[in-house]
Amino acid sequence: MQTREGLDLRKIVVTIVMFVGSILFLLPFIWMLVTSFKVESEVFTYPIQWLPKEWNAIENYKEVWFGQYPFTMYYWNSIKVAVITTTLSCLVSAMAAYGFSKIKFKASNFLFMIVLVTYMIPGQAILIPQFILYRNIGLFDSHLGLIMLGSFSVLGTFMLRQFFMGLHQEFIESAKIDGAGHGRIFWSIAMPLVKPAVATYAILRFIWTWNDYQNPLIFIRSDRLLTLPIAVQKFTSMSGEFYSLIMAAAVSAILPLILIFIIGQKSVIEGIALGGVKG
Amino acid sequence: MGQNLETLSQKPPAKASRKTWSLQKGETLSGFLFVSPMLIGVSILVLIPIIATLVLGFADWNFVQGFDGIKWVGIQNFVNLFQDEMFLRSVRNTFIFLLTVPIYMLVSMVLAILIDRYVYLKGYFKIAYFVPYVSMTVAVAVVWQVLFQPSYGPINEMLKAIGISDPPKWIADPNFALISIMMISIWISIGFNMIIYIAGLQSIPKDLYEAADIDGANGWTKFRRITFPLLSPTSFFLLVTGIIATFKVFDVVAVMTQGGPIGSTSMMVWYLYETAFINLKVGYASSIAVVLFAFVLLITFGQWIAQKKWVNY
Repeated sequence: MQTREGLDLRKIVVTIVMFVGSILFLLPFIWMLVTSFKVESEVFTYPIQWLPKEWNAIENYKEVWFGQYPFTMYYWNSIKVAVITTTLSCLVSAMAAYGFSKIKFKASNFLFMIVLVTYMIPGQAILIPQFILYRNIGLFDSHLGLIMLGSFSVLGTFMLRQFFMGLHQEFIESAKIDGAGHGRIFWSIAMPLVKPAVATYAILRFIWTWNDYQNPLIFIRSDRLLTLPIAVQKFTSMSGEFYSLIMAAAVSAILPLILIFIIGQKSVIEGIALGGVKG
Repeated sequence: MGQNLETLSQKPPAKASRKTWSLQKGETLSGFLFVSPMLIGVSILVLIPIIATLVLGFADWNFVQGFDGIKWVGIQNFVNLFQDEMFLRSVRNTFIFLLTVPIYMLVSMVLAILIDRYVYLKGYFKIAYFVPYVSMTVAVAVVWQVLFQPSYGPINEMLKAIGISDPPKWIADPNFALISIMMISIWISIGFNMIIYIAGLQSIPKDLYEAADIDGANGWTKFRRITFPLLSPTSFFLLVTGIIATFKVFDVVAVMTQGGPIGSTSMMVWYLYETAFINLKVGYASSIAVVLFAFVLLITFGQWIAQKKWVNY
């Protein structure tokens, strides 16, 4: 392979074919974006106008962001829930991961098995008792409740545990000899060393929370507390035939994700590949 | 896990001094402190609900009745389930949906091999094919809903333009709705599977290919004899996660079809949701949850057994 310098003809051909394939693959997104800039009467003209004749972008987005279903509010809700969930989940997972990998204590193995078992449980199988529980302890229809649901994901513990196990035990032993407790070791020694792994998990958790549809659907009732996925759906059923507006809403909901993904793509892809994780 | 097993089986030295004993106690205490937030959360939000689901599966209960309204009916719910046409249909649809798994695995494997070896701009392709996976399913489903619009949607306009005068009505047609949703699901899943396959490819030792080159093996032989067998752990992993994910499909159905038209896209989780949160039949829905749980458990155990026979490490 290394002997081959310059451009390889076969590679060029495959690249071109794959490029065409990727465009076809992304076509729904391209159509969505273009449609969100159009006036309604142009949405379904055929052949498809890939460049709007008449731009209506500002009006469409203004309606989505400040209209009857103001996305400014749903954005704020989504950001709040996703940021707090991500932070809490990283902390809880990292603590558990440290506890299970770096502290030798009785029952550690048994407790880890319990956590392991919950990993297999399909979330939907426990929705009903969670719903009943939430109704009775007053977490129903609140952001706090939503945040709690997302913060105890076992997945983060598994991912981070791998990394904590990679840290040499000597680090911890020598810190202990210097008189540091586990709290100190965790925060000032172990966490900085696994920072890249925590960042990867944080991005994934953020994306999953941002996209979560099922929990808000079941656990949130008030309009003003809705997060984006439900807002998009509500907006769609309210807007009826105004497809340009619906597409502007869809673009608004997806865009931050695409941006975060492009910025953090290396760690997202590596994290997915490493942990083989499916949100 | 090996490490933990080892530490557990290590008995404390017989003549442990008082000091090491108290050190060990300190370790145990801090161990508990570190894992307790996760444990408490998991216990309250997962473990207790599992038990509650199992129990409620044997009850006839409606959300509006309050706790006094619980009637214990034994296995009646399960008997009813197996005579419930809608439930059986949902299970059947879920099994038909499983067909998406080998399809997206195959496409992803081909894409992964091409991207890993035969293209320039690898980074671009990884991102491009991954975008549907990271995008919000709800927003994507809304877009597809419009694309599939039967009378003037872009897809049918295109089909008409190439001479198909009577294109399918897609999600509005009971015969096509499930297939339409399966296509979307394939499109979403390709990115995830592809990334895992690329990681799998990168772990295959390069010298195997060099040796094959020396023996004069062609591309197809190399694929059949090296790439495919050595990817089998990856394939197996993707197969299992794919099957489990199929049992959890919800967003696309909920947004696009709500199980319709006439139950043609009702899947187990949708039926569970509909029974519990629309028809408010808690007990009956719990028994659906138990069946769902049993399926996932069976798959997971099946995986342990099959792994030994199936996978080349």
